[in-house]
Amino acid sequence: MTTWALTPAGSGAAVAADAASGAARRAAGAAAPLPASLLSCRGVDVRAGTRCLVRGLDLDITPGQRWAVVGPNGAGKSSLLLVLAGARRPDAGAVALGGQTLGHWSVEALAGLRAMVTDRWVDPFATSVRDTVQAARFRLRGAPALAAGAADVAGNCLALLDCAHLAGRDVRQLSRGERQRVAVATALAQDTALVLLDEPISHQDPRHQVQVLQALQARTATTYVAALHDINAAARFATHALLLAGDGSWVAGARDTVLTRERLSPLFSTTITEIDVAGQRVFVSLGDAA
Amino acid sequence: MDLHRAPPRTVLQLLALATLLALLAALRFGSVSVDTAGLVQALGDLALGQDRPSLATTLLSLRLPRAGTAMAVGGLLALSGALLQALLRNPLADPYVLGVSGGASCAALLAIAVGAGAALTALCAAGGALLALALLFVLAHRTLFARDAVLDAGRDNTILLTGVMIASLCTAVLSLALSLAPDGRLRSMVFWLLGDLGGATSPALAALAVSGWVLLWALAQRDAAALNLMLGGDLQAYTQGVATTQVRRRLIIITAVATGLAVALAGAVGFVGFVAPHLVRRLVGANPRLVLPAATLLGAVLVLLADTIGRSVVAPLQLPVGALMALIGVPVFVWQLQRP
Repeated sequence: MTTWALTPAGSGAAVAADAASGAARRAAGAAAPLPASLLSCRGVDVRAGTRCLVRGLDLDITPGQRWAVVGPNGAGKSSLLLVLAGARRPDAGAVALGGQTLGHWSVEALAGLRAMVTDRWVDPFATSVRDTVQAARFRLRGAPALAAGAADVAGNCLALLDCAHLAGRDVRQLSRGERQRVAVATALAQDTALVLLDEPISHQDPRHQVQVLQALQARTATTYVAALHDINAAARFATHALLLAGDGSWVAGARDTVLTRERLSPLFSTTITEIDVAGQRVFVSLGDAA
Repeated sequence: MDLHRAPPRTVLQLLALATLLALLAALRFGSVSVDTAGLVQALGDLALGQDRPSLATTLLSLRLPRAGTAMAVGGLLALSGALLQALLRNPLADPYVLGVSGGASCAALLAIAVGAGAALTALCAAGGALLALALLFVLAHRTLFARDAVLDAGRDNTILLTGVMIASLCTAVLSLALSLAPDGRLRSMVFWLLGDLGGATSPALAALAVSGWVLLWALAQRDAAALNLMLGGDLQAYTQGVATTQVRRRLIIITAVATGLAVALAGAVGFVGFVAPHLVRRLVGANPRLVLPAATLLGAVLVLLADTIGRSVVAPLQLPVGALMALIGVPVFVWQLQRP
């Protein structure tokens, strides 16, 4: 049990005006139409067994925003991403994508709206990298004109992630870092407005950490929700952040108001300080809090 | 290492040609051989509906049902093996892991033990297969009718483990049936267990087998692209647009019906369902869109050839087709494994 609670009641708090508006409206009891948000959560609970990891999450994500989901191990980041992807039902509340609840969409329609990068890829048999990426075009199989460009799309996405040279290789023989970039390329090849990423840079070397995030950022029209362990990567990549404590409490809002040492230190139960490196804020963990 | 493979279309064309040649060989050779001219003549007569008695016509009427059944049995078992290896993401899976064939064998042996004829035995085998499938659906219902769209890796084993348990139960019943059966029927029971095409003399059953094979293959092929994505994990496939739970349920039913049909027709023919998908994956890769047709054709070829050899080499004795296939197939498979 963590001693850290964002609010005394243990419920969530949306800081920053844009994210707070949803909560305020809900408090007022008004059934107002959803804003032009791409993805929204209303009172979403995520449980693991008897523990409640996330309680009453209200979130509005509008097109073009990049959200970092940050929190300690086991705080429910991956579980929440599964809920957002529609692969797991929320234990309470509702998630809406494109103005409709997730249950409203067919599996196939959902695949046209959001893609997901997992950190647990499964490769039971020898398959080429090219085929793995092209599989993301499955949802377009009924549209031959679009499906015809599959090879080009796959090639472009691989090139974007510095994987062009891997196209002919067997996915099982890639390093974990290479395999992870192929997974990101696969999600991008699905060509969706929303991309959910679970630890997309956990296996990347320093150069590729930056490269992967920059490749994602370059697609400015795309909306991202990424679970990230590296606070500095989160601060560089995200426009907004969602902190999950794992005891039900959460904080959501614009990056600069949420990713601060005052919030991050109790979140990770360790002393985190900020230093200034060439005009950039850098978080440094100093070890266990007293 | 880059993956270099033969063009899939060529492989499929060659396999189709091989199936045709194996079928001709099955019609030509046996305890008595027919020359090709006589065979072509008899086939022509058969096709045109002319009734011109000759040795070739007589042999054809005996061999065609058996060849058709052999082809269908091989095709069904290989299809079933290819589907299961992909569904369970486990290269060790074969058509018998779900326990469906165990159910079929139990019912068939009990029928033989009480003196049932070939037709009744086949019917009982089909019933036993369906019963085992129903048991699998009841016991693994939490996985097969999962509330969430995506299974985690731990639960993915439920189907496999439940199937293995059903198969073990059936083996126990089989042992009891064998040990309690009267001596006079023991031989036909053992032969049935080894896989025996000797009883495949009915043209109607052969036609049923072949049409069942083609139908199940076509049904499986419709889900092949979805299955290809499911190789990459349920979560990935689901986010890419595959209704994973429904596809899995459909394909398990297809697999079970294919296995049940094959076992009802020819007993528990081993090896082909395991090895055919392995061999074709080395040729065309892992994509079920290619693996399913290639494996099912290769399975048909293997059983046709094994059966033809089994009834020609030591004629008039007949060797069990499963054993022959393993005798030839194991060295080929091991040799394949050794290659870089």
